[in-house]
Amino acid sequence: MITLYVPRDTTAVSLGADDVAISLARAAEAKGIDLHIVRNGSRGLFWLEPLVEVETDQGRIAYGPVMPEDVPALLDAGILEGAAGHRLHLGLTEEIPYLKNQQRLTFARAGITDPVSIDDYRAHGGFKGLEVALAKTRQQIVDEVKTSGLRGRGGAAFPAGIKWQTVLDANPRSDDNESANSRYSGQKFIVCNADEGDSGTFADRLVMEADPYMLIEGMAIAGLAVGAETGYIYLRSEYPLAQVILNDAIARAEAAGYLGDNILSSGKAFHLEVRLGAGAYICGEETSLLDSLEGKRGQVRVKPPLPALKGAFGQPTVVNNVLTLAAVPSIMAEGGRAYADYGMGRSRGTLPFQLTGNLERGGVVELAFGITLRELLYDYGGGSASGRPIRAVQVGGPLGAYMPESQWDTPLDYEAFADIGAVVGHGGIVAFDDTVDMLEQARFAMEFCAVESCGKCTPCRIGSTRGVEVIDRIRLNENRDANLTLLNDLCDTLEYGSLCAMGGMTPNPVRSALHYFPDDFARTTASPTTEER
Amino acid sequence: MLQATPSDTLSRVKAIVADLKHKPGALLPILHEVRDTLGYVPENAVPLIAEGLQITRAEVHGVISFYHDFNTQPIGNHRLQICRAEACQARGSRELEHYARERLGIDYHQTTRDGEFTLEPVYCLGNCATGPSVRIGNHIHGRVSAERFDAILDKALTVPIDLEPLTEGDA
Ligand SMILES: Cc1cc2nc3c(=O)[nH]c(=O)nc-3n(C[C@H](O)[C@H](O)[C@H](O)COP(=O)(O)O)c2cc1C
Ligand code: SF4
Ligand code: FES
Repeated sequence: MITLYVPRDTTAVSLGADDVAISLARAAEAKGIDLHIVRNGSRGLFWLEPLVEVETDQGRIAYGPVMPEDVPALLDAGILEGAAGHRLHLGLTEEIPYLKNQQRLTFARAGITDPVSIDDYRAHGGFKGLEVALAKTRQQIVDEVKTSGLRGRGGAAFPAGIKWQTVLDANPRSDDNESANSRYSGQKFIVCNADEGDSGTFADRLVMEADPYMLIEGMAIAGLAVGAETGYIYLRSEYPLAQVILNDAIARAEAAGYLGDNILSSGKAFHLEVRLGAGAYICGEETSLLDSLEGKRGQVRVKPPLPALKGAFGQPTVVNNVLTLAAVPSIMAEGGRAYADYGMGRSRGTLPFQLTGNLERGGVVELAFGITLRELLYDYGGGSASGRPIRAVQVGGPLGAYMPESQWDTPLDYEAFADIGAVVGHGGIVAFDDTVDMLEQARFAMEFCAVESCGKCTPCRIGSTRGVEVIDRIRLNENRDANLTLLNDLCDTLEYGSLCAMGGMTPNPVRSALHYFPDDFARTTASPTTEER
Repeated sequence: MLQATPSDTLSRVKAIVADLKHKPGALLPILHEVRDTLGYVPENAVPLIAEGLQITRAEVHGVISFYHDFNTQPIGNHRLQICRAEACQARGSRELEHYARERLGIDYHQTTRDGEFTLEPVYCLGNCATGPSVRIGNHIHGRVSAERFDAILDKALTVPIDLEPLTEGDA
């Protein structure tokens, strides 16, 4: 029997992977070939999707990007034997430089396994971390996470071990808990932040679609560590395929005894449920997420109290990003030290950078911290997709600064980026070529803030709308100098008068556009906006 | 979406509320289920939900209006979303939006006259390496040029409407 792999991943499917799988199956049937098609996860080499692989004695051989109409010719050219004749032949998958040069910890299994197969997961080291954790005390688990130096991957880079310690130490029955008599008294919760709202990011999605058991295992370990028996994955509704795969994986993990009332016959319980967001960017902010999870408007809460002490349903709660929790199984299995050996300074471990926007070779590049933006854009990304010069790069999502070429040699680590007023955030990198209009980008940043504001603070709610108007006037050359001053003032108001980073960091893209790309704000003739065209 | 009679609608909402109200934080799961079943969250569902969860109607309203996902009016047969976020902008989504509006003759949050398509903005579908991205129902499409956009519309009009959460992609 011949085994072929055709990814079942949002990007692969968005480019026709389902049709490719169907074409291959039909063609094989017509020819009487015994073909086994595995719907694996993606390797994250998205520019090559749909990437079809065939299992051979030498290893897996890749072809891509494969369109359904390529299937007959590929079969004629000997794809089932891994033959080299066809233009889409890429050789051994593991030898593709983009993949080979990475340091994959989080994505070590991505694309290799069938995401929902527990046997595959186990065969590739899965559930070892959980077994190790079951033999440790709570404090020992938390200590191991501290040793790893793991910092939250959702943006704020807060040390995960310290957060876990706070939840471990918290009393879930404390009297000052307003819910002391509620049905939740005595409970702690693990909440996975899978809201991944930043444009230019998909690493969380790739984990959930390509290796869901890693997240499930990480959450179960977190539960053991702090004494929580219930976990929620708060998943954005924009990820329908991840939802299907996660629910499937959770059901199988329950059936196999990795979740439920008696994990691996240890007598310890952990239950997991996926909860869907409803299209609100702000629900990625942890306190807003918790309100949303409780069935309320997703408005940001004033801190303190910290979610670690009063989180979901008023109870002590660990809120961590997908990548943070997904790093835990290997930290448990290999030890915190091994993890800490990667990286630079206080940025330990690896970060999956996500190359997106106008790049020839978009995808996930997991490396230790410290690579420069330029290396990522050109050595991995292959420069722009359009063939035009890259002009601006937004790192760290919609609240991150636009970086001009003069800053592309900054090493990617949290502190080095902070020093130049930029953020690494969730590792999303969006490249724009020289057709970009930076005034339009600044306007969008304000518009996005207006659309997605939770409405609690006036500067964020109203100031952002004013920002859009002011930028429109600048474009129309109305009182340019006065309006530029006004725009700067508005940015100050947003920065200092906002409760959270939505309002507080919207000035990042706006100011960086103004500062590094002033020509785009200095046009003498008015040109219509895209909206008006 | 299925067009239900008023009493039909109410009994379905009741069943959903009864089914889900015991979950912690049940309101969002209920609203999702109502929207998925009926295509929207009708005004007359609000009292039933409020009663089931023992919260006020105002609270239910407040939640519905907070989230982009919960439309309170029926929409077309197909919910068609274009990604407006930065990575797709860098790949020409502004031009695609412009094309889509012209082609469909509607703006965002409107439905084509034949009742087929409702156009909505979306801010990132996690498909940012291969934009511009478009979602129709539960299917996401990448590198959507004007031609591919037309093909998506054509396919939607010829393939039976799929109300399932998402069919297994397995061949
Ligand atoms: C406006 C805003 C949006 C956010 N969006 C996300 C998100 O989509 N995913 C995420 O993990 N964290 C997001 N965060 C960060 C969370 O508030 C929180 O820091 C994170 O969930 C903690 O997990 P970590 O320590 O594992 O990173 C956001 C924060 C803000 C202010
Ligand atoms: S800054 Fe904006 S999003 Fe954040 S709490 Fe204030 S109003 Fe809400
Ligand atoms: S920005 Fe469009 S899919 Fe992410």
